[in-house]
Amino acid sequence: MIKVESLTKKYGGFTAVDDVSFTAQPGRVTGFLGPNGAGKSTTMRIMVGLTPASSGTAEISGRRYADLPNPGLEVGVLLDASAQHAGRTGREILAIAAQTMGLPKGRVDEMLDRVSLTPSEAGRRVRNYSLGMRQRLGIATALLGDPDVLILDEPANGLDPAGIRWMRDLLRGYADQGGTVLLSSHLLHEIEVIADDLVVIGQGRIVAGGTKAELLAAAGTLVRTRDVPTLSRALVEADLHFSESTGALRVEADPDVVGEVALAAGVALTELRAADGAGLEEMFLELTAETQREGVAA
Amino acid sequence: MSASTVEMAVETPVARPARPTPARIPLSRIVGVEFRKSFDTRSGFWLLAGIGILAVLATGAVILFAPDSAIDYETFATAFGFPMAIILPMVAILSITSEWSQRTGLTSFTLVPHRGRVILGKAIVALVVGVVSMLVAAAIGAVGNLLGSAITGVDTVWNVSALELGYIILANILGMAVGFMLGVLIRNSPGAIVAYFVYSLVLPTITSVLAQTQEWFADKQPWVDFNYAQGALFDGSVSGTEWAQLAVTSLFWLFIPLTIGIWAVLRSEVK
Repeated sequence: MIKVESLTKKYGGFTAVDDVSFTAQPGRVTGFLGPNGAGKSTTMRIMVGLTPASSGTAEISGRRYADLPNPGLEVGVLLDASAQHAGRTGREILAIAAQTMGLPKGRVDEMLDRVSLTPSEAGRRVRNYSLGMRQRLGIATALLGDPDVLILDEPANGLDPAGIRWMRDLLRGYADQGGTVLLSSHLLHEIEVIADDLVVIGQGRIVAGGTKAELLAAAGTLVRTRDVPTLSRALVEADLHFSESTGALRVEADPDVVGEVALAAGVALTELRAADGAGLEEMFLELTAETQREGVAA
Repeated sequence: MSASTVEMAVETPVARPARPTPARIPLSRIVGVEFRKSFDTRSGFWLLAGIGILAVLATGAVILFAPDSAIDYETFATAFGFPMAIILPMVAILSITSEWSQRTGLTSFTLVPHRGRVILGKAIVALVVGVVSMLVAAAIGAVGNLLGSAITGVDTVWNVSALELGYIILANILGMAVGFMLGVLIRNSPGAIVAYFVYSLVLPTITSVLAQTQEWFADKQPWVDFNYAQGALFDGSVSGTEWAQLAVTSLFWLFIPLTIGIWAVLRSEVK
């Protein structure tokens, strides 16, 4: 289990991480989602003690990271797959990690097998690796000590679709056996297929969080009509919040409520359905609209 | 919304069997890992192999080119000493800076979450590599002295005592310590290497010119110039005053910047 409480990191006047609190539960995959530069990596570096926090705490299995006697056996960490000595072979990188943790040599081959790196690939120097191979090697390093907790920063970067599927199955299986998985991504589709719980961050602050099902349910109702002004007026009178997007209205209410409002107003509808079909993407863009760089086109 | 707490819905998770708390990673293992890391890349391997190779080449050059009258152990010691003085500090510099320049620190400092222990491990490895390298070079030089005198037909002259050899080894260890200090202070491979050459080649030139032209500096030089103070170690005898000069200059030129560098390493962000 990972517990982050009121974590804040300031660089001079700039607040990279602003009072972030969340919990990642065992048995679940928690997705840490946010646009680039939102503070995901900084938060993760603070969790593992590479960056000192300005205030707040991060605990893993009830202890500060620095208090873990042999962290590799309790937390698997992958922060940047490219952060490896280019002149070492993949096997050597795993062997060094295994030696540090005090694991038997056979564990290295087990892990190479688990992440589908062939012996000849493992014997190559990392400078000749593709990003996808580096990610596999990084995941192998994280899994080496059979830890209870995994902290992975953008692990799907550089993986091909088959690789992403492979990783999804691996992390799913890991969580199903009681492991805690925290993975970050700036890509919704990756997170959407892997995560059970979501923590959404923008400009250093948490903007939403909950189970994936909850966040999807909160997406409301999508309704279309040829007579948008009349329906809009009726929704305002019914005190319902809504937003307009591409000829449709997104209403923060259940479909049956919206249907009754439309009936009372005598507006013919062309479409009425729960908005979860619109997916997490819209929600993500909406949630981060005020905090992201580009601003959403209305 | 400046504060936001997210509580996740908890389903009953499949609990992983509780395991005993693992033992703390012993320092001996950290030293073993750091030792392995200094050999397992091509650059690291050839740097260390280069110590042996250059000692052999330097010894061979003395046999081939030195006049018969100069075939004695001191000549050999000077010849193998020169490449050692360049390579050993590089070994010390790269053992530190590669963690930042190659970004391996991300793994090293998460597997051992106490940077001071990793740095201590590296220091022990550097010390062992330094002493062993010097002894190997000294042995190669001794073989060269035997061979050289046999080939040229002169008497074998052993004019470097064990104590003098000890001083030379100490001087080289100090050189490595300087490399180590620049490594933790600069934390960038090219930067630290350039800084080392400025420190060990450019700086002594400036101070010697200064000493020749400025009388006030000439008097004080042994007390302020670290390179100058180390000269006594190569002269074969070190007086009490010279030890004191070495201690004073090393405090300012080595130990204070080393302390600042280690403090920075412990506090800095590893990216």
